[in-house]
Amino acid sequence: MSKAVLFDGPGCIGCRACEDACKKKYGLPPIDMSGSSTGTLPAEPTTNPRTYTHPAELSAYTWIKVRQTEIDDAKGFRVINTLRKCMHCIHPACVAACPVGALQKNSDGATVYDDKKCIGCRYCMVACPFGVPTYEWDKQIPFIRKCIYCPDLLEKDQPPACVTACSKRTKCITIDDRDKQLAKAYKMIDDDAKDAAANKRDPKYINHVYGEHEVGGTNWIYLSSEPFEMLGLRTFGSQPVPADFSKVSWGGSWGDLRTSVGSEAVPTNAERAMAAVPLALPGVAVAMAGLYWVFKRKDKLGQGNASKKKEVTK
Amino acid sequence: MMQKKQSFPIGTSVLIILAALGLVVTVIRFLKGLGAVSNLSDGRPWGFWISFDLYTGVALAAGGFTMAGAVYIFNLKKFHAVVRPAILTAFLGYILVILALLVDIGAPWYIWHPMIYQNWQSPLLEVALAVMAYTAVLALEFSPAVFERLGWHAPLRAIRAIQIPLVVVGIAISTGHQSSLGSMLLMAPEALHPLWYTPILPILFLISAIAVGPAVVILESMLSTRIFGHKLGLEIQSGLAKVIPYILGIYLLLKLADLAVRGNLGLVFSAAPQNFLWWGEIIIGVILPIILLSVPKVRQSRGGVFTGALLVVLGLILNRFNASMLALAVRPGYAYFPHWMEVAISAGLVAWALLIIWLAYRFLPIASHEEEATLKNA
Repeated sequence: MSKAVLFDGPGCIGCRACEDACKKKYGLPPIDMSGSSTGTLPAEPTTNPRTYTHPAELSAYTWIKVRQTEIDDAKGFRVINTLRKCMHCIHPACVAACPVGALQKNSDGATVYDDKKCIGCRYCMVACPFGVPTYEWDKQIPFIRKCIYCPDLLEKDQPPACVTACSKRTKCITIDDRDKQLAKAYKMIDDDAKDAAANKRDPKYINHVYGEHEVGGTNWIYLSSEPFEMLGLRTFGSQPVPADFSKVSWGGSWGDLRTSVGSEAVPTNAERAMAAVPLALPGVAVAMAGLYWVFKRKDKLGQGNASKKKEVTK
Repeated sequence: MMQKKQSFPIGTSVLIILAALGLVVTVIRFLKGLGAVSNLSDGRPWGFWISFDLYTGVALAAGGFTMAGAVYIFNLKKFHAVVRPAILTAFLGYILVILALLVDIGAPWYIWHPMIYQNWQSPLLEVALAVMAYTAVLALEFSPAVFERLGWHAPLRAIRAIQIPLVVVGIAISTGHQSSLGSMLLMAPEALHPLWYTPILPILFLISAIAVGPAVVILESMLSTRIFGHKLGLEIQSGLAKVIPYILGIYLLLKLADLAVRGNLGLVFSAAPQNFLWWGEIIIGVILPIILLSVPKVRQSRGGVFTGALLVVLGLILNRFNASMLALAVRPGYAYFPHWMEVAISAGLVAWALLIIWLAYRFLPIASHEEEATLKNA
């Protein structure tokens, strides 16, 4: 049975206990406290010490990260917490991309990584639609790093380290079977909507479970008070390419100009192309052998004709 | 044979300096890690090495299978003189690709892993296995030159006996991985700009490789003629140049039809600044060569043929850089410009290859094979 962690965005207070628990379990450099760190490991260098945004993005030393987004609109100024981490896709692009199968999808939902197989091609980093796998650029013997869902704990039917840490605080991340979590997510949205209508307040959630359909579904699903794009989480709509080219920036994201994949799992087009290979290779070989025979024969006949002609002219 | 001055145009000393510098930087890379010598980042995990050495390198080495196919399968005997240099260049090209990948990948000591761990879903697995297999095929295809020099008749006879199967296998493998390099980018629909992202990208990559093969052979044979002063008429180059506009024509039609079918033709005018890159590769590498090389008068002049072939090569380089670097924004918020040490490693490898080609021309029966063949054809 495949598991899913449900992240209740509006319930998150940004305490970052999940980050800390993850770093402790995997021996990663702790959160940078600019010299006052009580940890035994040197902290991960950051350009933003003592803020909520260090490191600025996921890195080989930060596999789960609470990202804060400042929003100022008609509803007023507010700061929204969201999680940046591996979504554990049901059809992971990284697993499809990896030439040596160093990335694997477990039946419980975890997308795991094998140090001993990885050749370091970094194709998984290119393929991941969520921009998650990171690389140990500063190491002489580098590996791909990302959240691996604590497979050792999942095997024993225990929650991952981050979920355990959160359960002692806000319980905004919880783990259960994926279908139960989806039902729970929609019940939370419905219950809140009814309560909001009765009390004439704004609903807490938007009616969108991030990861239910995105790239074929994921084993981490999010609830949010804001549209996910506003929080910097790519949404994968099924609309065709829109015509707003002002959003294209050099070297940055293509914005809305991206080729949309909808809820289709990412590898599909590449899969289709790869399915042709076992047919195409022998096909080309047979065709070439055939052509060789044809041209050889043509040549022989041509020579035969030429010699005949010569005889005639003689 | 007339003895002429046998030095390189750019100067052997420059090549030796570049080759040495490349070695030094490679040592730094293996001591300090990828981060120390490159501007690669989590948002831009592929850079100059992948675009130049893998994508451009494999495409430019297409002269090997296109020429072998033309001569041994399609029985176009007039191109016989250029088969051996084309195969040598392709062989060195693939060695170069492998050496560059040893620098680029994080765990080069595991580069052989695709032979024991396989994920058949991955286009990169196809590329990895094919590059290994095809390098072996090219080594066998080129080995007669070495055996002739050494005067070993038994292996020479053995290779000649399997020559045609070898060529057939070489073409099949090349078709596979030239196109799989395109399939690889299909895995990044969110990152590759829609001017380049298309399900037919593998086919476009294959056709452009077939077009650039003869162009590289033209350039190489004209340069070697100039440097080593061999007698090689312009008929071969003109003959090769005549084929190029047809292949490029098919390529252009497919590319435009694909954009039209996907409803993205408008992007050609509106998606600035990427459309400039698109126009660049189309005008330089496709439209100009089609026009130039369609004119018989141009094909009869050394300058004309050379310019036409050079444009095809430049256009292809831009195309591969566009698809694998300039129009591939893997993650938002990250910028990339190659570090000088990245370029130094690639330049060093190219310098090594040129030095080896130069030595091969001097000590192996490559040129005499050419002359022999031209004499036979005459």
